[in-house]
Amino acid sequence: MSTVTPLTTGPDLKPKPETAASIAKKKLSSPWASLAAIIIAVLWTLPTFGLLVSSFRPERAIKRTGWWTFFSDPQVTMENYKAVFGQDGGVNLGDYFINSLVICIPAVLIPLALASLSAYAFAWINFKGKNFLFLAIFALQIVPLQVTLIPILEIFVKVHLTGTFWTLWLAHSTFALPLAIYLLHNFMQEIPATLIEAARIDGAGHVSIFFRVMLPLLTPALAAFGIFQFLWTWNDLLVALVFAGGGNEVAPITLQLANLSGTRGTAWQLLSAGAFVSIIVPVTVFLLLQRFFVRGLLAGSVKG
Amino acid sequence: MFNAASTTPGKLLQMLAALLLFAAIMGVILFIAGRLGRGKRGDKWVGYLYLAPAVLLLLVGLVYPGLRTIYESFFDAAGKGFIGFDNYKTIFSDKDELTVLRNTVFWVVLTPFVATAIGLLYAILVDRSPFESIAKALIFLPMSISFVAASVIWKFMYEYRPDQGNVKQIGLINQVIVWLGGKPVQLLIESPLNTFLLIIVMIWIQAGFAMTILSAAIKAIPDDIIEAARLDGVNPWTMFKNITLPSVRPTVVVVLTTIGIGTLKVFDIVRTMTGGQFKTNVVANEFYSQTFRADNQGLGAALAVLLFILVVPIVAYNIRQVRQSSEA
Repeated sequence: MSTVTPLTTGPDLKPKPETAASIAKKKLSSPWASLAAIIIAVLWTLPTFGLLVSSFRPERAIKRTGWWTFFSDPQVTMENYKAVFGQDGGVNLGDYFINSLVICIPAVLIPLALASLSAYAFAWINFKGKNFLFLAIFALQIVPLQVTLIPILEIFVKVHLTGTFWTLWLAHSTFALPLAIYLLHNFMQEIPATLIEAARIDGAGHVSIFFRVMLPLLTPALAAFGIFQFLWTWNDLLVALVFAGGGNEVAPITLQLANLSGTRGTAWQLLSAGAFVSIIVPVTVFLLLQRFFVRGLLAGSVKG
Repeated sequence: MFNAASTTPGKLLQMLAALLLFAAIMGVILFIAGRLGRGKRGDKWVGYLYLAPAVLLLLVGLVYPGLRTIYESFFDAAGKGFIGFDNYKTIFSDKDELTVLRNTVFWVVLTPFVATAIGLLYAILVDRSPFESIAKALIFLPMSISFVAASVIWKFMYEYRPDQGNVKQIGLINQVIVWLGGKPVQLLIESPLNTFLLIIVMIWIQAGFAMTILSAAIKAIPDDIIEAARLDGVNPWTMFKNITLPSVRPTVVVVLTTIGIGTLKVFDIVRTMTGGQFKTNVVANEFYSQTFRADNQGLGAALAVLLFILVVPIVAYNIRQVRQSSEA
C-alpha cells in the first residue's frame, strides 16, 4: 500500500555515519548480534547456493553425491546448461525464455499507459461519479485472481483467443490496472496544481499537459510500478497455467520449469540449470533497480 | 495477428503488432481528447474518455468474472444444476477438504508471524553495520525469484535417498540428519511434517519483504530518542521492548497482514513441491485441482469465493492500519 508514508522506501545503500547510539550498540551486543546475523544470512543463502553449485556439476556427480562434496572433488561442466537449451532433451528452455519476454513486455506497457490516462483523469479532471469510480477501482485490488479465471477463460474461448499471447497480455493488463491506477493517482495528486494551471493558461489542453507536464514528472512512479509488474508477470505461474497451455508456443519459463519439476522431478541436472536460467532475469532486474523494486513491492503487496 | 505464432521471429512480430495496435488505440483516444472543446463541458468528456479503456477492461476482466464465479459456486460439477450451498457444505464437511482447510490455517498463522519475526530480528541486527546493504540483499533476493524456482531450490534441499549401504544423501537436510546419527526421512511425504517444510519455503521468501519494510521503519525512529535512551544506560532488550517495537508496531501489523494475504493465495509452492499430495493441499491449490483436474466447476468456484471471503477482513484491517499509521 503506497499510503505507508512514514516509511522511506528502498534499502539504504549508504550506511549512516556512526552516531553515539550505534557505537554504544556495538559495544553492547556486537559478538552475539553478528553471530546471529551471520547464521540467518547463511541459512538464507545456502539453499540457492547448493543448487547453483549443482547446476555446474556433471549429472553423475549430482545424482551420487551431495553438492558439498564439490569442494573436495571439484568437477565443473556446462553440459547442464547446454542440455536445457538443447533440442534433444525436450526441455527447450530457450523457447520459453522468449515466451516470457514476449508476454512481459506488453503486459507491462499496456497497463502502464492505460493506468496513466485513468490516473490523470482521476487526479486532474472533474466529472460526475469520479469519487465513486475511484473507490470502486481501489476496492477491486482485493479480488483474488482465482475468482476471475474461469469466466475469463470462457470469454477467451468464445472470441477464439485461446492458446495465443493475447490471453496473457489481456489478463495480466487487467489484473494490474486497479493497483496501477491507485498508485499513479496518488503520485499525480502530489504534483503542484500551479504547474497544471500555468500550462492551462498557456493554452495547453489535457493531451499536452499529460505529455509535457505529467509524464516527465511521473518517471519514478512509472518505473516503480513497471518493475513490480514485470517481476510479477515473469514469476507468475497461475495465470500462465490457466491460459497458456503447456506447449512451447505461448507458455512462459516458470510453467516449463514447473512441468519439468513435475514430470522429471529427479533430473536435477536439468532442474538446477533450468531454475537458474529462469532466475537470472528477475535477479538482474532486482540488483540493478533495487530502490524502485522495493518501492513497487511496498505499494503492490496486496495484489494477486 | 490473433493466431498463435510458433517461431521466435513470429512471436516477436506478433508482440510488435500488438504494441502498435495498442499505440494506435491510444492515439485515437488522445486525438479525440484533443478535439473535444476546452472548458468544463469538454473536460468532463475528456475524463470519461481517458477512463474508458481501463473501465472496460475491468468490467469484462474482473467485475463480471467475479460475479459470475460467485453465481457458479451454487451449481453442480458440470455447472448445470442449481444446488444451493452444497459446495460450501462440502468444503466444510468432506474429509479431504477439511485437511485442506487445516493446512491453510497452518500456513496463514505460521508464515506471517515467523517471517516477520525473523525479518525484524535481522533488520535490527544488521542496522548500521558496515555490511548492511549486502547483508540485506542476501535475505531479500528470494523475494525477487518465482515461487516455482524457490520450490525447486527447496525440493533439492529436501531430497531423499533410501537408507542403503552405499547410497549417499544429496539433499542437505537429510545429510545433516545422517551426520547427526539419524536415519534419512522422506521429508515431503511424512504428514504433517511436509506441510511445515513447505511453509518454510514461504517464510524463506517473505522474510526479506518483512526485513526491508521494517528496516525502513527502524531507520525512521528519530536518533535523539535512541540516544537519550542510551545515555540513560538502557540495555538492548529494554531498548527493543520500549522504544523500537512500539515505534514500528503499525508497520509490523501492515507487514503481518500483507504476508497473510499473500500466503492465503499461495499455490505455486504446493503445486510444484508435492502437487497437493500427501496431505499438503491448501485452498488455492485445491481450487486449481477441482476446477481443472477434477472438472468440478462448482466446487472450484466455491473455493475461489472462499478465498475471496477470507481475504476481505485481512485487507480491511490492513487498510485501516495503513490509514492510522499515515495519520499518526
